[in-house]
Amino acid sequence: MSSKNDSTTETSPKGTVVLNEERCKGCTYCVRFCPTGALEMTDRLNPKGYRLPTLAHPEKCNGCDLCGMYCPDFAIYGKRLKKKQQEEE
Amino acid sequence: MTEIKAHPVDGLLRTDRIPHIWCPGCGVGTSVNCFTRAIEKVGMDLDKLHVVSGIGCTGRVAGYINVDSFHTTHGRALAFATGLSLSRPDSKVVVYSGDGDLTAIGGNHLIHAARRNVDMTVICVNNYTYGMTGGQVTPTTPDKALASTAPFGNYEYTFNVPHLAVSSGATYVARWTVFHVRQLTRAMTKALRHKGFSFIEVLSPCPTLYMRRNKLGAAVNLMEYFKENAVVQDGADTATVGLESGETIIGEFVNVRKPTLKECYEERMSEALGDEFVPYEGDK
Repeated sequence: MSSKNDSTTETSPKGTVVLNEERCKGCTYCVRFCPTGALEMTDRLNPKGYRLPTLAHPEKCNGCDLCGMYCPDFAIYGKRLKKKQQEEE
Repeated sequence: MTEIKAHPVDGLLRTDRIPHIWCPGCGVGTSVNCFTRAIEKVGMDLDKLHVVSGIGCTGRVAGYINVDSFHTTHGRALAFATGLSLSRPDSKVVVYSGDGDLTAIGGNHLIHAARRNVDMTVICVNNYTYGMTGGQVTPTTPDKALASTAPFGNYEYTFNVPHLAVSSGATYVARWTVFHVRQLTRAMTKALRHKGFSFIEVLSPCPTLYMRRNKLGAAVNLMEYFKENAVVQDGADTATVGLESGETIIGEFVNVRKPTLKECYEERMSEALGDEFVPYEGDK
């Protein structure tokens, strides 16, 4: 799957996360249990007043979707990027 | 970030009702997340899956999963599910309810459904309290924990729920926490494929009515506790897995195959009546 070229694998992310801000309740599970530490909490609030997470380190995300499994509110999920998308990112 | 907002499990949820009513950090949402992924993994016909819930926070699950579902009276989810399982023998019936509903108010139904080995899956989300009604003591509330009906701390003995299920006759019994999402999903997959009475206890945080009253911090703190302290002991003797010891022992405890209620009934009736007995094959 991943390129043999080290510089490519370092710079291009393998995955990304999608956040549905209206559903999020700011429980911090995704941030606390992200295995690569790619997510962080922000001070930004959603319309209901909950603090939102963000993908602070997009290069670390490998799209494992563990955030999507922990999310009690079905608000966030990770997805792997295809090789072409990786280069675009 | 891209603009596609549909969550991978949205297909199994009634998305018009989401955001749901559960508090921030409530473990019920995570367990439903695992359950929807288990349904996808098993790849079952959704017309042949029925979710039955009682009353309570976990009792709301039946209203959020987009399959045929029953929201029954308090504690009677198992009674409804037994009838459903017998009248639709080709379907899978799942009872999704809380500790108060299943072990306290529906305790009698739980032991008899397990004793008769009714073909169904029971998922019991144990959050140590009655969440929806104001944080009263349940049979699973730990020793000395505060509750609205125990302002000086709980003094009753605590139920060992997996041991109750095993000694009543359940044929698949596991306990996981909502921290162990992958293992929980795998256990739910096994339980859905299991023929007979399968029971999964899911330990879950109740941040609002249990943890705040007991000054245990946010929901994520109990998740951290599960991460650091839960001990996986597959096949452990369930008599030793009670939570009163302070240890959280989790894993798959029992997985055996025994004739179900319907199989026993058909065998007995065939022996007694011979050719006169016509087995019920469902409402065709």
